[in-house]
Amino acid sequence: MLSNYGYEDGSGNYYITIDTDKCSECGEKPCLQACPEGIFQTELDDYDDEVVIVREEARNRLRQTCAACKSRDRMASGDYVLPCLKACPEGALKHTW
Amino acid sequence: MAQEYWRWSEESWINPDLNDWKGACLTAGVDIGSTSTQAVVMADKKPLSYASIRTGSNSKDSAVNAMNRVLELTGLQREEIAFTVGTGYGRVNVPFADKTVTEITCHARGANFIYGPSVRTILDMGGQDCKAIHCDENGRVRSFMMNDKCAAGTGRGMEVIADLLGVPIEEIGARSFEADQIPKPITSQCVVFAKTEVGHLMREGWTKEQVLAAYCQAMADRVARLLERNGMELDFAITGGIAKNIGVVRRVEKLMGVTALQGSYDSQIAGALGGALMAYDLLEKRKRRGQRS
Repeated sequence: MLSNYGYEDGSGNYYITIDTDKCSECGEKPCLQACPEGIFQTELDDYDDEVVIVREEARNRLRQTCAACKSRDRMASGDYVLPCLKACPEGALKHTW
Repeated sequence: MAQEYWRWSEESWINPDLNDWKGACLTAGVDIGSTSTQAVVMADKKPLSYASIRTGSNSKDSAVNAMNRVLELTGLQREEIAFTVGTGYGRVNVPFADKTVTEITCHARGANFIYGPSVRTILDMGGQDCKAIHCDENGRVRSFMMNDKCAAGTGRGMEVIADLLGVPIEEIGARSFEADQIPKPITSQCVVFAKTEVGHLMREGWTKEQVLAAYCQAMADRVARLLERNGMELDFAITGGIAKNIGVVRRVEKLMGVTALQGSYDSQIAGALGGALMAYDLLEKRKRRGQRS
C-alpha cells in the first residue's frame, strides 16, 4: 500500500510516500540510520509486517525538517540523491517535492 | 413514543449450510462503526454466523453485545475463538481483540470475499465517512481516499433525512425513483444545513419522493467525485449500509458508467468479515513465525 505522510499548504505538497509492500521486504531498514533528522521509525502494519513510517511529530513540518538534505547547492549537483532514498534498497521511498 | 424512521433493523444470521464445523479454526472480526457494529465468526475461513446491531453510546458494550449474539446463535464460548480482529472507527474498544486492523484493510479483504477476486475498486459508504479503496486480486489495499469531513454523503445523513421526512429508511431508495420531476440536488455539504434545505423544498410544494430523489442525487454526486479523484478501476463494488439504498447505488452507477457487483452476503458485514479473514491469516503467520524462531 502507498502510505502518504505529510501535508499540503499554500506553497505546495510535502509528502513522503512509502510503498509498504516493498518496505516490508527489507529486513535491515537502513533508512532509519540514514536520515540525519531521525524522522523514520518502524511499526507492525495491519498484516503484521514490519514497515517504516514517518514519526507523527515530524509529519507536519517535513519541509523544514528535510530542508538541510534538500539544500539548493546539493540538489543542484546532478548526481546527488537524498540520503533516505539512497539507503532504501527496495526503492520504496518517494518525496513529492 | 413517536416513530423513529431512521431505525434500520438489526440482524443476526447463522449459516444453514455449514454443519460440520466442529474442530475447525474459528476466527472472528468485530467492526465497530460510528452507527453500526458487526461481529462475524468464520470456521476455516467460511462464514459461520454474524450479527449486525446499532452502535450504542458505549463502543465496548456494542462489541460485547454483537459478539454475544453470535455466540448465542452458535452455542460457542468466546474462548473457543482462536483469534479476533477489532476493526472500524471504534476498533480500540474491542476488549477481546487480539489485534486491531484498520477498516480500510478489512473492507478490501471482505469485499474480495463477498464479490470475488475481480474487485479492484471498493466504495465503502459508512455511517459517518466514505472511502474509495483500490485493492489487488488478493484483497490487499493499493491506495485509498477518504471523506470524513462531515455526515453529508453518509449513512447518518440519510438517517437524519429519513426522520425529517417521516419515511422508513429502508424505503428511501425505492421511493426516490417514484419522483416524476426532481428539484436541484441538495447543495449543502453539512447535514444541519441540508435539513434546512429539505424544509425549504417541502414548503415550496415538492413531494417527499421528489426531495428524496434530490438528496440521493446529491449523495451520489459527492461519492462520484471521491471515486473520480481516486480513479475507477473495474470491477466495482459497494460496501457499508448505503449499499442497500438503491436510490444512491443506481445514481452512482449512472454517474460513473459502471454496474456495481452483487454479493451473496450483507454488504454491511464486509468490514467484520474481512476482519475474521485477516484474523485467520494473522494467526497462521504468527504460527509460522513461532515455528521458525
